[in-house]
Amino acid sequence: MIAFDMLVAICLFYVAILFGVAFLAERGGRRGSNAWLRSPLVYTLSLSVYCTAWTFYGAVGYAARSGLEFVTIYLGPTLVLIGWWWTLRKLVRIGKTQRITSIADLISSRYGKSNMLGVIVTLIAVVGTTPYIALQLQSVTLSFAVFAAAGAPGPWQLVDLNAAAFSVAIGLAVFTVFFGTRNLDANERHHGVVTAIAVEAVVKLIALLAVGIFVVWGIGGGAQATLDRIEASPLAGMPVAPGRWIGLTFLAGAAILTLPRMFQVLVVENEDERHLATAAWAFPGYVFLMSLFVVPIAAIGLAEMPPGANPDLFVLTLPLAQGRDGLATLAFLGGFSSATSMVIVAAIALSTMVSNHIVMPLFLHWTRSGATMSGDVRTLVLRARRLSIGGVLLLGYLYYRLTGGSEALAEIGLISFAGVAQVLPALLGGILWRGATRAGALAGLTVGFSLWAYTLFLPSFGEGAVMSAGLLADGPWGIGWLRPQGLFGLDGLDPLVHAVVFSMGANALAFTLVSLFDFPGPMERLQAAQFVNVFDHSPAGQGWSQGRAEAEDLLLMAQRILGADDAQRLFQRAAADQGKQGYLPDTTPEFLRGLERKLAGSVGAATAHAMVGQIVGRSSVSVEDLMKVADETAQMMEYSSQLEAKSEELARTARQLREVNEKLTELSVQKDAFLSQISHELRTPMTSIRAFSEILMEDDALPPERLADYSRIIHQESMRLTRLLDDLLDLSVLENGQVSLHPQPVSLSDLLDRSVAAAGGRSGRAPMAIRRDPAAERVDLVTDGDRLSQVFINLVSNAQKYCDAADPVLTISVTEVEGRVAVDFVDNGSGIPDRSQSIIFEKFSRLSDPRKAGGAGLGLAICREIMVRLGGSIVYLPGRGGAAFRVTLPSRCAEAA
Amino acid sequence: MARAPLFLAREGYRRRRLADMARLLPVLGAALFLVPALDARDGLGSGMLIYLFSAWFGLILASAFVSARLARAAPSEGADPSAEPAAEPPEEAS
Repeated sequence: MIAFDMLVAICLFYVAILFGVAFLAERGGRRGSNAWLRSPLVYTLSLSVYCTAWTFYGAVGYAARSGLEFVTIYLGPTLVLIGWWWTLRKLVRIGKTQRITSIADLISSRYGKSNMLGVIVTLIAVVGTTPYIALQLQSVTLSFAVFAAAGAPGPWQLVDLNAAAFSVAIGLAVFTVFFGTRNLDANERHHGVVTAIAVEAVVKLIALLAVGIFVVWGIGGGAQATLDRIEASPLAGMPVAPGRWIGLTFLAGAAILTLPRMFQVLVVENEDERHLATAAWAFPGYVFLMSLFVVPIAAIGLAEMPPGANPDLFVLTLPLAQGRDGLATLAFLGGFSSATSMVIVAAIALSTMVSNHIVMPLFLHWTRSGATMSGDVRTLVLRARRLSIGGVLLLGYLYYRLTGGSEALAEIGLISFAGVAQVLPALLGGILWRGATRAGALAGLTVGFSLWAYTLFLPSFGEGAVMSAGLLADGPWGIGWLRPQGLFGLDGLDPLVHAVVFSMGANALAFTLVSLFDFPGPMERLQAAQFVNVFDHSPAGQGWSQGRAEAEDLLLMAQRILGADDAQRLFQRAAADQGKQGYLPDTTPEFLRGLERKLAGSVGAATAHAMVGQIVGRSSVSVEDLMKVADETAQMMEYSSQLEAKSEELARTARQLREVNEKLTELSVQKDAFLSQISHELRTPMTSIRAFSEILMEDDALPPERLADYSRIIHQESMRLTRLLDDLLDLSVLENGQVSLHPQPVSLSDLLDRSVAAAGGRSGRAPMAIRRDPAAERVDLVTDGDRLSQVFINLVSNAQKYCDAADPVLTISVTEVEGRVAVDFVDNGSGIPDRSQSIIFEKFSRLSDPRKAGGAGLGLAICREIMVRLGGSIVYLPGRGGAAFRVTLPSRCAEAA
Repeated sequence: MARAPLFLAREGYRRRRLADMARLLPVLGAALFLVPALDARDGLGSGMLIYLFSAWFGLILASAFVSARLARAAPSEGADPSAEPAAEPPEEAS
């Protein structure tokens, strides 16, 4: 039998080796040498913190109590690891791009950098991990006790197990503080710790394999014989409970994703994404080997050891009973390694979470006035971490003392698993589903964690400890269906499966439902897109828009967190990238984002964001700026559409102006023609009048018939002049609105009769046929008949004058159009060319040869003025086969048909 | 950015099927590991023990095969090959 002090000496020597390994690895890691440190092998071995003392000792005890079921604890992680392409790869990528420091940080960061969620996840992790740490302390003390009890009485006789547990806790705290809080930036990772853990992983694997091989071939008598002994052992009679089998596989799979220590080694300490590809088969291989000999050890232990021996310690007691002290010592070191590696990593993970999500936000809250000015933040963060490590280990120790260390190892581990598994919906939902929201995660976590506490955690303390026996048996206030271990009357279920089904079910349901009905804030949606689509845009992170941040302030702050050298190097590099000299780069959004990431590695995303936010002068994110940008864009779009409208209007105006101009030009041409015409028109009669009046004056001997002839000519010519002047006067009177109308009842047919008669016939040409429809013309009007007939006369005589058809026909038709009376004058001539249709109603316009027309071109202008005065209109109707005019009479004129 | 082409070159196609394999492996594993739960009545026999550990070992081998090839096929940056199917792997003749 090995002496107890010898064992302690070996133990201390082993710890010293671990310190040495960690120290060398740390130094090598800082130098950048030791490439094998960053190999996938070390990564895989570091994952073995999954296999704690619970695995090392507890698995055999578990197998001895419940048969094959223990293996589910490894089947779940196996499935998750070989399914790395689904989730782990994404998780690791997100962890890298977002500088995630812990699982609480991931959840907080994903849901809009919500610190509330960070706090909740941290609390869940602490509550879930504390029993687990207690479990490790317990297993180490138990294994010490084995040797102490078996060893000869002496000065090292272990009287006080608690003292042993306490000193182990202290030793672990020292190691963790020393190597776990040496550097701050998680990007640099804990090389020392990871390497030490890899060494421990090898030790525990070798130890367990050695015991297994010894048991199978040393005691059992070979593989086949051992299998026969298993068939004969009580284990063979232990059936698999399907509910527990499936539930535990699920739980173990969830645990490897959500346990803080697993997240630490899987995601945070990951050096290279490709290491996952190795771990995908190597880690399942590791746990395969770890569980290979569990059943043989259990079966043979049950057979060989005296009844009542604790099966949890078979790994240790079997070699001891066989007198194999060396092997027992190796097994002891294996168990010791399992326990210590778990505690170290868990303490690092938890302390990161506690300091980043609880201590730092509180500190920032209290010193809101200026985190940059007061105190050294770097020291504060490190101190917070060290205190947290101490606190976590103290909690574990207290839990161990309180529970008395009596429970079977397996149950504590499973309760712990079920607790941290509550993070799973928020985690998976967060990286796979963009619709997952902060409120949903909050609801799911709260509901799931509460149900876990109610149905599993609190009852686990035993009847009367936290929950009274009555509460457990009859439910609160005697309500049976609320019994902690039989919700809704589901008594038949195993308590663990019952708790898992209800807590995870309610958790997932609350998470999904609340997320579906919630509307996330802009920050959440940004982060959601970044996480879920991490492969689409890996180099990203939501941004700072350029603010008033002073580079100097930022440098001061960064120095306090990263250390002076690192911070100055970072700033200098950033400045150099911007093409500047010195240490102060421009505070561009890229720079701020990078700095925030860098700080996030030390203090967590939410805290880093808050710190940069304080200096930049915005504690809320740049979402407002985004909004502003969006607003500006909208304004610019509006402005440009206004411009467009204006330019369209301008184009329209220009088009109108062009048309008017064309009209004016044409009119001007016509006016010139008219002026020459009118001067001619005026001059011709004046010349005749002058000539004939001169003859009359000078020639006294004119025969009387000549005299009469000449004076008639003079009279005619002066009449013509008068008519021309009358027309001009008439038009000017009409245009100036000085005309007075005399409305009276008239008959349209009378008016037309009169007009046709007054227009007279065509001088020297074939008479024009005029077609009329007397029935339609029987319309009574109240209007100024004289003026209206003036219009009609004009139109009829125009037709007679200009119609160039061989058999001229004028059709006068009367119709009702939209309640108004329309009189159409349509001839069968060649009509008026398009070009001229717009100007025929203008003054002085005349289309044909002026000489032929024999008028001053005022007729239609006068007609239009008259119709306007009468409240009607006159328009040219194109496309009627000839010249066609429509005179429309207002309804008030057409009374009583 | 150009749209991903509908059909890939042989190597890209292989890589995608490899990723499919990696995704399907845990499904196969879950099915294999559920067998003991179906055959629950018998308890822990040596046959069951041998089956379970053989299935486990087979899965590990399959995972080693698929993961190693996936890691080799993936671009060095570790970018998602299914996200960038158009990118041809650099002179990778496996």
